[in-house]
Amino acid sequence: MNISSKYDSFGERVFDVFNYLFLTLFALITVMPFVYIIAGSFATEVELIERKFFLFPRDPSFNAYKYIFSSDTIFRSILNSVYITVVGTMTNLAFTLTMAYSLSRKDLMGRNFFMNLIIFSMLFSGGMIPGYLVVKGLGLLNSYAAVILPGAISAFNLIIIKNFFQNLPAGLEEAARIDGCSDFGVFWRIVLPLSKPIIATFGLFYAVGHWNNFFSALLYLNDNKKWPLQVMLREIVILSQFAAGDMSAMDPEFVEPPDQAVKMAVIVVGTVPILCVYPFLQKHFAKGVLLGSIKG
Amino acid sequence: METTIHTTDHMKSEQRRSRWAKFKKDLWLYILLFPGLVYFIIFKYLPMWGVVIAFQDYSPFLGVFGSKWVGFEHFRNFFNNPDFFRLLRNTLILAVYDLVFFFPAPIIAALMLNEIRVGIFKRIVQTAIYVPHFISMVIVASMTYVFLTTNGGVINELVYMITGQKINFLGDPAWFRPLIIMQIMWKETGWGTIIFLAALSSVDVEQYEAAIVDGATRWQRLWYITLPAISSTIVILLILRLGNFLDTGFEQIFLMTNSLNRSVADVFDTYVYFVGITQGAFSYSTAVGLFKSVVGIILIYGSNYFAKKLGHEGII
Repeated sequence: MNISSKYDSFGERVFDVFNYLFLTLFALITVMPFVYIIAGSFATEVELIERKFFLFPRDPSFNAYKYIFSSDTIFRSILNSVYITVVGTMTNLAFTLTMAYSLSRKDLMGRNFFMNLIIFSMLFSGGMIPGYLVVKGLGLLNSYAAVILPGAISAFNLIIIKNFFQNLPAGLEEAARIDGCSDFGVFWRIVLPLSKPIIATFGLFYAVGHWNNFFSALLYLNDNKKWPLQVMLREIVILSQFAAGDMSAMDPEFVEPPDQAVKMAVIVVGTVPILCVYPFLQKHFAKGVLLGSIKG
Repeated sequence: METTIHTTDHMKSEQRRSRWAKFKKDLWLYILLFPGLVYFIIFKYLPMWGVVIAFQDYSPFLGVFGSKWVGFEHFRNFFNNPDFFRLLRNTLILAVYDLVFFFPAPIIAALMLNEIRVGIFKRIVQTAIYVPHFISMVIVASMTYVFLTTNGGVINELVYMITGQKINFLGDPAWFRPLIIMQIMWKETGWGTIIFLAALSSVDVEQYEAAIVDGATRWQRLWYITLPAISSTIVILLILRLGNFLDTGFEQIFLMTNSLNRSVADVFDTYVYFVGITQGAFSYSTAVGLFKSVVGIILIYGSNYFAKKLGHEGII
C-alpha cells in the first residue's frame, strides 16, 4: 500500500514504530537459530564453555566437520538421501504428470469416477498399520521403493496440475492432432514443454518432501546402512545413540571436537541443501500455494 | 421425470460398440492414466480395505482371509482402556492450544506486514520468515534439543545465568505442550501469511483512498476494509483446521516424545505407531487408527456443512 502518511495521528505513528520493531524481532527470531547453529558448529570446547552466546566463533575450527566425515556414517546417509530425493522426485513426476494429463481431458470416459476415487482418498485413509501391511505384503520392507512408492502421487498436487493442463490453450493441441500427433505425442511434445514452470514448481515440492521425509524411512527401513540423513540426524542429535564419526581414524594430535559442536555440524549438513535451493523455492512455492487456492 | 426408454438388444450392443470405440480412440489416455490408477488402488484403496483387520484377530501368518473375526472387541477394549482418555485429552488439548495460539498468528503477522510501507523491508522480513517452512521437523526438533539441553544448551545456560537454576525443558511434562506450540509457530507462522497477503493484495487501493478522503483513521480502515477482505479466507482455513482437528502432526510429537513426558505426549497417531509397529498389535492399533479416521471424516463433513449453512463456500 502506498498511501501518503500525512494524515497519521500520533497514535498511528507509535503503532508504526512498534510494527517495525515487532517484525524485525520476528525475522531475527527466525534467522538467529540458524546463525547460532552454524557459528556453534565451528566453535571449540573452550569457546562453548566461556561464551554462552555468540554469532561469530572467535577462532573457527573445522574439527567438528573433520570428525563427522571421518567415518562413512554421515556420508552414506547423505548419499541415501540424495538417491531417495532424485529417484523419488522422478517417480512422483512420472506418475503425477501422466495421470493429470489424462484426467485433464474432459471427454475421457469414466473421468468423474476417477476424480471421485482420488478425492475420496484425500478424505479417508486406511491409516498407518494397513498401509504398513500392504508395503510389507508387497515385500518392499527395507527397500527404497517402500519410501518412494507409497507417496508416488500427492492427490492435492495432482488436482492442481490437472487444472493447469485444462487451462492450456486448446488450439495448440488440436493443431497437433490434425498434424497427426497421437495423444501421447500431444502430451510429450506440446503439453510438457508448455508446462516447464509448473513441472519445476512441483518437482521442487516433491524433492523437498523427500529430502525432509523422516516418517517413511523410520517405518520401512530397518537397516541403518540404508537410513537417510533425517533418520541419522535423530539418532545422533536427539537420541545420542550413534557416533557421528570415528576417532580412531584420526591423527593422534586431533583434538576431539565438543559434542555440542558435532551435533550442530550434523544439523548444518542437513539444513544447507535446503538453504541452497531456498531462493528457487521461495519463487516457485508461493506460486504453488496460490495455484492451490484457485478452484477448478 | 420418469421417461421409459425401450432399449432393444440392438441398441445395447450399439452402445457397447461405441464405448469400445471411444476406449480405443482414447487408448493412449488410458495408458497414461494406468500407472496412477494402479497407485491409488494399491496404496490408497488396498489399505482402506485392509482396515477390516480392526475387526479380526489378525495374524500375519494366517493373513486377512484366515484370521478370526472378533467384531468390535478391539474397539471395546480401546474405549475401556485408560489410555483412551489420556490420548483423547492430550490430542484435544494440543488441538485447542493450536487453534488458540497458532491459528491467529499468521493472520496477525499478515496484517502487520500489510501495514508496512517500505517495500524492501517487507521483502526482507518475508524472505526470512518463510525459511523454516522448508526445514524438516527433524531439524527443528534437533535444534530444540541442542538449544534446550541441560547439558550445555545455550538457552539453558542463559536461564542459568539469570536464575541460577536450569530448567529441564525437554523432560518436564509441563513444558511439552508449550514447546510443541512454539515450534509450530516458529516454523509455520511466516509461511501461513502468504495466503492472507494474497487476499489482501487484491483489495482495491481506491477503497483506501476513498476512506482516507472521508476521514477514516487507520484503525477504521483496518476494521472496515482490510479485515472484511480476508474474512472468507479465514473462514475457509478455519474449516480446514476443524476438519483436521485431531491431526496433531505425527513427526513432531514423535520426535519430542521421550520416556519422561510420555504421559502428556501420547496422541492417537503416535500411540498407533508404538502399539502397532513397535509392539506388533496390528488389529488393535488399526482399530485405534480407524476410530480416528472416522471421527476425522465426520469433522470434515460437519465443518463443511456448517460453513455452507453460514453462507460460505464449502471445501468439498
